[in-house]
Amino acid sequence: MTRAMLAEAWRAMGANRLRTFLTMLGMMIGVAAVIMMLAVGRGAQSTVEDSIATMGSNLFIVLSGSSTASGVRIGTGNAPTLTLNDADAIGELNSVGGVAPVSPGSAQIVYGSNNWGTFVTGTTPSYVDVANWTIDSGEMFSDADVRASARVAVLGATVAKNLFEEEEAVGKVIRVRGSPFTVVGTMARKGQSLDGRDQDDTVFIPVTTAQRKVFGSQFPGTVRFIQVKAKTAEAMPAAEREMAQLLRQRHRLSDRADDDFDIRNMTAVANAAAATAKVMSLMLGAIASISLLVGGIGIMNIMLVSVTERTREIGIRIAIGARERDILTQFLLEAIIISLFGSLIGVVLGVGAAAIANAAASITVIVTMGSILLAFSVAAAIGVFFGFYPASKAAHLKPIDALRYQ
Amino acid sequence: MQPSVADATPVVIHTEHLSKQYETEAGPVPALKDVNVDIRKGEFVSIMGPSGSGKSTFMNILGCLDLPSGGRYVLDGSDVSTLNRNQLAQLRNNVIGFVFQGFNLLQRASIADNVALPLVYAGVPRAERERRARDMLARVGLGAHMHHAPNQISGGQQQRVAIARALVNNPRLVLADEPTGNLDTATSQEIMKLLVELNERDGITIVLVTHEADIAAYARRLVQFVDGHVTHDGDVTHLHHARAGVTS
Repeated sequence: MTRAMLAEAWRAMGANRLRTFLTMLGMMIGVAAVIMMLAVGRGAQSTVEDSIATMGSNLFIVLSGSSTASGVRIGTGNAPTLTLNDADAIGELNSVGGVAPVSPGSAQIVYGSNNWGTFVTGTTPSYVDVANWTIDSGEMFSDADVRASARVAVLGATVAKNLFEEEEAVGKVIRVRGSPFTVVGTMARKGQSLDGRDQDDTVFIPVTTAQRKVFGSQFPGTVRFIQVKAKTAEAMPAAEREMAQLLRQRHRLSDRADDDFDIRNMTAVANAAAATAKVMSLMLGAIASISLLVGGIGIMNIMLVSVTERTREIGIRIAIGARERDILTQFLLEAIIISLFGSLIGVVLGVGAAAIANAAASITVIVTMGSILLAFSVAAAIGVFFGFYPASKAAHLKPIDALRYQ
Repeated sequence: MQPSVADATPVVIHTEHLSKQYETEAGPVPALKDVNVDIRKGEFVSIMGPSGSGKSTFMNILGCLDLPSGGRYVLDGSDVSTLNRNQLAQLRNNVIGFVFQGFNLLQRASIADNVALPLVYAGVPRAERERRARDMLARVGLGAHMHHAPNQISGGQQQRVAIARALVNNPRLVLADEPTGNLDTATSQEIMKLLVELNERDGITIVLVTHEADIAAYARRLVQFVDGHVTHDGDVTHLHHARAGVTS
């Protein structure tokens, strides 16, 4: 019975190949689009997640407050309110796992005949742990180097590549704003940050060296910001509260005064970014699934035409004993076969297009088994759903009317 | 009027005050009025009448393709008005075999598949379907054409295929609606001879609708319709001169 019906459906589809193909095309494009869009979304999501992973976990950034000079207020991070001592004090808090003060700046760096303009991060050795860096070769400068304001530097991967190319950097002397620094280590590549900046395009030097010997400062001992790592994710609210309390105390702020610092929860920022990427991914999928729906309507359309065209055939079948169920099954089977074949080809197209996008374009595209199964099963369900109305219309034809139809 | 078959043989078709009217915008139009006909097993009955006399309507009701508006129709012991759609489908499948004027074969399927189709709906296994279709095609003289498509054979051969399809599920009754209407005289006679043979040798009950007297004369009993009434129910002797006139 089933075999005979499959053969029958096959014959019916073969009788009008172009139309069958065009109907399938709707399904193919729909399924391919869903798979492709989900892959693009998933790729974007994973790019964001990777950036978040490189950022370090449970992270706060404490920025110094805004400054007001002659009534002109300058943005956050400009008033010299945070000091190295503040950083040390924060490090003493129970809820805090690590602290790294940062005095940033930019400088032209020279090695031999190569030079490179880059970002200079004046910090302490704990920065490696707090901001989740990995040493590639050599080592991080030491606390002793920080105390001594030593002229030592650790290079980010981009800087190392631009200055040294394939050459070994550790032990070489580079010039930062003209003064010689010994390279003691290089960092492993980290990639893009959430905002798309190249995190590896930087040079790390002791914070004291940055303040005293490279950039100078009107306010010795102050830092632009402090990176703070809470002990655990659960400790983050406590850490934020305790830091605020501690800094207000240390800065002798009266109860009515505003904070002269700004604590930013980077994990929250990261989570927001991840959530955005996820919504984006869902939205792409939703938009693509509209094309699946359109494909389904295409199936219904063609099946309705097919039922009308084959009214007489249906009449003959009824006359020789087909039950409603037999007619229903016959047309439903055709709709299902069309949508199954269409979506199968759509899966191949979608996966292929994703592979091409991965190879040819710079965007990350990730096809998951889940998205394939989702697209496929939704397509099959649409085939049944949109095939059902025409099929039941065929099954409920009155025998005498169907037989007389010309 | 005496039926040509003894009263002891079972009744296949029994109609009682059967009526049918079609609803139109101008009001109901009666097509059949108070039709009382009994047909017994093994009979060969011709139904004649001018266009619009109700003979086709009667045929459609007999074939369970249409339902009567009033009266009773008992087919092979079951009152058709009490049956649901599935049960009606089952009657069409294994009690009735249809032969149509336009052959009504499925053009996409081979001749063998056309003949086997009622068996598909009867749930007969594939091997047996093929065997019975083959046997039945041989029976109507088309054993060599099994795998042809319907449009590759002549009209007379197509009607033989249709007859094989009507017979393949061993029906109690064959209903033939103008079976020679699309055929030339010589082929018509061949088809009629086949039907006569099936009736006489295999005892198959046949009800034939035609408007040609010479075709109707092949039967042993004649039912004539005029304006929805049965005006004659009896032997076909008065038609024989028509048949003789054509065949000679």
